[in-house]
Amino acid sequence: MSATTRRHFRAEKFDFSSFFFTGLTGLATLLILAILAVILGNILINGWQGFTWHFVSTIPKKNFFDINTTGVLPMIVGTTIRVFVMTIFVVPIGVITAIYLTEYAPNNSLITKFIRAAVNNLAGVPSIVFGLFGLGFFINFIGKHMDAMLQNPSAVWGQPALIWAALTLAVMTMPVVIVATEESLKAIPPGLREASLALGATKLETILRVVLPQALPGIMTGGILAVSRAAGEVAPILFTGVAYYMASLPHRVTDQFMDLGYHVFVLSTQSPNIEQTRPILYATVVVLLLLTFALNLVAIIIRARVRKKLRALG
Amino acid sequence: MPKLNPPEAKTNSPGSNTLIQIESLSLHYGESKALKNISLTLGEKVVTAFIGPSGCGKSTLLRCLNRMNDLIDNVRIEGSCKIGGHDIYSPDVDVIELRKRVGMVFQKSNPFPKSIYENVAYGLHLHGSKSKPEIAAVVEQSLRSAALWDEVKDRLHASALGLSGGQQQRLCIARAIAIKPEIILMDEPASALDPLATARIEELILELKKDFTIVIVTHNMQQAARISDQTAFFYIGELIEFDSTAKIFTNPAKKQTEDYVTGRFG
Amino acid sequence: MENHFEMGLDALRQKILLMASRAETAVNQSVQSLVQRDYDLAIRVREDDNIIDQFEVEIDEMAIVLLTKAPLASNLRLITVAMKVSQNLERIGDEATKIAKRARDLAQEPAVKVNFDINRMAVMALAMVKESLDAFVQRDPAAARAIIPRDKEVDALNKEIHSQLAQHMTLNPDTIGRCLHWIVAAKSLERIADHAKNIAEEVVYLCEAQDIRHTLKN
Repeated sequence: MSATTRRHFRAEKFDFSSFFFTGLTGLATLLILAILAVILGNILINGWQGFTWHFVSTIPKKNFFDINTTGVLPMIVGTTIRVFVMTIFVVPIGVITAIYLTEYAPNNSLITKFIRAAVNNLAGVPSIVFGLFGLGFFINFIGKHMDAMLQNPSAVWGQPALIWAALTLAVMTMPVVIVATEESLKAIPPGLREASLALGATKLETILRVVLPQALPGIMTGGILAVSRAAGEVAPILFTGVAYYMASLPHRVTDQFMDLGYHVFVLSTQSPNIEQTRPILYATVVVLLLLTFALNLVAIIIRARVRKKLRALG
Repeated sequence: MPKLNPPEAKTNSPGSNTLIQIESLSLHYGESKALKNISLTLGEKVVTAFIGPSGCGKSTLLRCLNRMNDLIDNVRIEGSCKIGGHDIYSPDVDVIELRKRVGMVFQKSNPFPKSIYENVAYGLHLHGSKSKPEIAAVVEQSLRSAALWDEVKDRLHASALGLSGGQQQRLCIARAIAIKPEIILMDEPASALDPLATARIEELILELKKDFTIVIVTHNMQQAARISDQTAFFYIGELIEFDSTAKIFTNPAKKQTEDYVTGRFG
Repeated sequence: MENHFEMGLDALRQKILLMASRAETAVNQSVQSLVQRDYDLAIRVREDDNIIDQFEVEIDEMAIVLLTKAPLASNLRLITVAMKVSQNLERIGDEATKIAKRARDLAQEPAVKVNFDINRMAVMALAMVKESLDAFVQRDPAAARAIIPRDKEVDALNKEIHSQLAQHMTLNPDTIGRCLHWIVAAKSLERIADHAKNIAEEVVYLCEAQDIRHTLKN
């Protein structure tokens, strides 16, 4: 810099590009918010009146297109249970897989790369394909063979059932849990592992006593994402367990079940009188949204508690 | 473990009993050679400082002593490293047992996100079938030895992460000494601390040498001068000079050592 | 938890004090041997001087090692001052040896009948040595400053003795050899007082970080 040049820190001129991009990103955000507001507003305004205690607590008759007698209790129960059963399967298997990939699998070996690629591809598979896979693998292969082995007179396992729907969803959401767990395992400072190993802990002791407790919130995030994704999915359960109508709540894992998402589909496509069904449809969507929201909320609250405990710990 | 008598009176070992004996040790990371033919004899209950510019292999050698290098892929070691006369790289060595005898304190303080008490008790839970009161006694004793007891005795069950950096590092030292090792390895234990916390760690090291053999890696020349009895200077994987600390810092035999300790390179 | 560096400084201080007491004793005994014509004592003072020399070497070694530990401020001054004090003490020991050497020679010849006050000079020089070392121990700059002008008195006394002896020599040429011994001995006492003054100046530097050497010439 020459001695005659004066240095100052004021901007020379109006920074157009900065202004432009600030505006652009802001507009994009606004657009998303607007779309969300329109959707939620539309659903709430139209569905609010149908959303009554009677509606959520009634098991409907076979003809559930009458606003005065219908209800969605079996669907709420069905959706909740299938998500719950799915969680029981997907979290342990996903976590163990992630532990294998991050802690045990040789880094950058062909097999590790292959497994990672497979997991990533799994996440890109359309959900209807999972539905077909569930039908082919769980029901027609595993279910049928179980029936044969148990010598059941009629199909018990070899037919659509809650358990097969939950397992199909578990397969579908597995990548989410694996990736989230892997990320949280990788985020744990290597110093903690070293500290444990240097104190003479084995690898397993280190994972169980130091790594996993620390990774718990991250693992739960994976679980929450899986629950969110699974709660609204219809395609995977279409062939594997959902029923058009059931007179009673499911009480065995081999029972079929009714489902909120599927019910929305049924209401919108199978109704004899579309105008009459519309309020029921809106109310059901409200219930579906609230249920998904509630399931997430429960998981988030549990995670927050775990985090708090980790931070304060005793 | 049998203690070896010094094989011969080596001039470079002020410690009366040989505890660590490294002989022609070389270490390769894949193709590159990180340590070249190192031979070093360390006596019992002395403080040895490893100094040298970054990448000279001093931390690598330190990690050879408790086989932390095992965690890295593609590491190959030649030569021998005996502790108490037993080659720690022979196939019959139990690494867990080795690490119980050779504790380690790291550059970045790394307390577990558990309570202060649980941090110190961690190693005891791993190895001991000790009863609760026994563990409590060892925890207290270790915290006292690490000069931390008075500061934390009223909040033993609070999170270790609430401690200051210097306190955390002393907690890590307490955690290491709780399982009663013979040797404590320290990898730049004070490099992230302010001068006051550093001074406390240094004082602590001078206290601990009554009971433990200490090997410390440091970038701080004066720290090496203040706390160590003997100093080893490394450069690009080689041991350049090993002698009493006073000798290294006032009258080193090699020009490279002199240049390094006087700050002319490194 | 005690401070190990402070412990090192304490050890250094202790060593200085041991050396100082040796040097004081040497001066005391040399003067005693001179005045009382004690041949054996004079021989012993000369033999003991190597102990003082050894102290100087040891103190330097300790100080060098302490210097590698990056001392700061007052600690740094203490170490450098300790080295200078030990050097001055060593010189005091040397001067005591010189006195003892003259005492040895004088003891073998008849006494000179001159009325001069070597005793007073010895007492003054010794007091300066003792008090400067006390000031060092107590870290008392005021006491140290008070010592410095007294060097002039010793110098004056030395001059007085010098002229008395010169006068005596011209009148009694047969005593020239013995009188020269006395002149050298008095000169040594004067040098001892100089070293005591140096120590006092170092004490002022130690306490106040102020170098007062060569400033009080006038």
